[in-house]
Amino acid sequence: MTNSNNSHANQQDGAGWVYSDTVKEHFFNPKNLLQENPKNYKADGVGYVGSPACGDMMKIWIKVDKLTDTIAECKWQTFGCASAIASTSILSIMVTEKGGMALEDAMKITPQDIVNRLSGLPDKKIHCSVLGDKAIRAAINDYFRKSKQEHRIIKEKSEIICRCLDVTNTEIENAVLEGGKKFEDIQKRTKAGTGCGACRPRVERMIEQYKMQYYGE
Amino acid sequence: MENNKMRYFDYAATTPCDPRVLKKMEPFFTMNFGNPSSIHQSGQIAKIAVDTARVDIAKILGCSPEEIYFTSGGTESDNIAILGTARANAHKGKHIITSTIEHHAVLHPCEQLEREGFEVTYINCDKDGIINPDEVKKTIRKDTVLVSIMYANNEIGTIQPIWKIGRYCKNKQIPFHTDACQAAGTLEMNVDKLIVDLMTLNGGKIYGPKGIGVLYIRKHTNIWPVMYGGEQEKRLRPGTENVPAIIGLAEALKLTQKDKEKENKRLTDLRDMLIKGILAKIPKVQLNGHPEKRLPNNVNVSILDIEGEAMLLRLDMLGIAASSGSACTSGSLDPSHVILALGHSYEIAHGSIRFTLGKYTTKKDIEYLLKVLPKVVEDLRKISPVRL
Repeated sequence: MTNSNNSHANQQDGAGWVYSDTVKEHFFNPKNLLQENPKNYKADGVGYVGSPACGDMMKIWIKVDKLTDTIAECKWQTFGCASAIASTSILSIMVTEKGGMALEDAMKITPQDIVNRLSGLPDKKIHCSVLGDKAIRAAINDYFRKSKQEHRIIKEKSEIICRCLDVTNTEIENAVLEGGKKFEDIQKRTKAGTGCGACRPRVERMIEQYKMQYYGE
Repeated sequence: MENNKMRYFDYAATTPCDPRVLKKMEPFFTMNFGNPSSIHQSGQIAKIAVDTARVDIAKILGCSPEEIYFTSGGTESDNIAILGTARANAHKGKHIITSTIEHHAVLHPCEQLEREGFEVTYINCDKDGIINPDEVKKTIRKDTVLVSIMYANNEIGTIQPIWKIGRYCKNKQIPFHTDACQAAGTLEMNVDKLIVDLMTLNGGKIYGPKGIGVLYIRKHTNIWPVMYGGEQEKRLRPGTENVPAIIGLAEALKLTQKDKEKENKRLTDLRDMLIKGILAKIPKVQLNGHPEKRLPNNVNVSILDIEGEAMLLRLDMLGIAASSGSACTSGSLDPSHVILALGHSYEIAHGSIRFTLGKYTTKKDIEYLLKVLPKVVEDLRKISPVRL
């Protein structure tokens, strides 16, 4: 993945920073941060992605304007590095500015859209720290679920995790939902990691992530 | 303003060059620029200087000058030690012992040897980051041809009982290598007391220049080069000598020996002040590595619920330079293998932060750090949804 149009972000500027001024601004002064107890915040939809084990985790709470089908408020909390924090902060602006983004459009936000608004990110940061697009989709899907609009839910595309046996993240997720809690359980169900075994650390982290997501453990 | 001053807490990454070292080096860039291999006077001046440096270093290590080899740094010394010894002794056996908390300059050559058909046993440390020498003893086999265990760990500062491991290896006549890059400034350096056959040192951690290293190799150790070329360093490390850096390294090593005990005491006091301060002022923090069996200058803590890189950048804005074992700062997707080896979770490794002190660190620097760190942690915890 490259960001050639923002190549300056990969270079150290005078102050020795690898991040753009926009990233810095959002890292040091995050916007729309949820500061109250999440239990007291009446969200229409909540979405979270990542896990602290992976190094990045974000949680997004949205309020929806039901008449216009747009996002009225977007609050968030993020565990992660500067770019993870800044990318969630800028996303919260993107979906709420100009009277709020239509849910349909918010579902289509890509990591690159977020990176562009941040005036670029170092290449190696994009893959791991820009999870905001997934988190907002999860929050909107959650709203659809809660408001009985299941037909509007858009499922995340599957990604192959175990290349030897073509096991996808969805299969791993389902195996966890079926009660698998350890790598060995997941391996029995999906055959992931029975080839070269290189995906094991990643599968283990995904199991942790899904466990946290579904069982809060 | 207080914030404008940089307070450097990253001496384990590298040290500034001591002005006295630089002064000794300078003539060898300009006036005495000769190639030690040249027969003319200019070359001979350089040769004598290199020989003198070799003698000076040998004195500190308690070895013969012929056992000192100059390399381009710690990584190269480790590579020659591991690859060179293993390959030269492959006819005797193909088993190597090392630990899970070694520097990548040891671990990655070991992985290369695995690809070449060697078998490597990685000994794990205990929860405090100490390697049990008996564990090494138990692991030694008939076909073991090399043991490599670091002297002091670069991340958590834990000091290994090198001489105990050395004794076992000596009894079994197995070459024993130790990476002593982090230990060189503060700990015992005598190779007979440590009972080592190979030892790695470098300039950039002891107020010397970067790009220069030493590999001590005990006489009669069977070892092959990893590079081939001229006659320099008895063909073990060919290439024109980096004369100014060699002079600098020798001077730097000599300077570390001066007032060593007094300086170690000063650093230990500052270290313990920092550890105590952090543990007292910030909730949900744990110390990584043994509380006492660690370098006088190393503090490594995991601060829960937040991530290391974010902490580093916020501290950097306040003039504090430190480092972290989080994945975001490691250049890979995985956090520190050392913190994980202690048995800690990924979450804890991502929240690890290392402060390493040095000869320019003052009590005021520690006080300033203890003043600003709690606020940085508090602010980042407000952003984080994680409550471990």
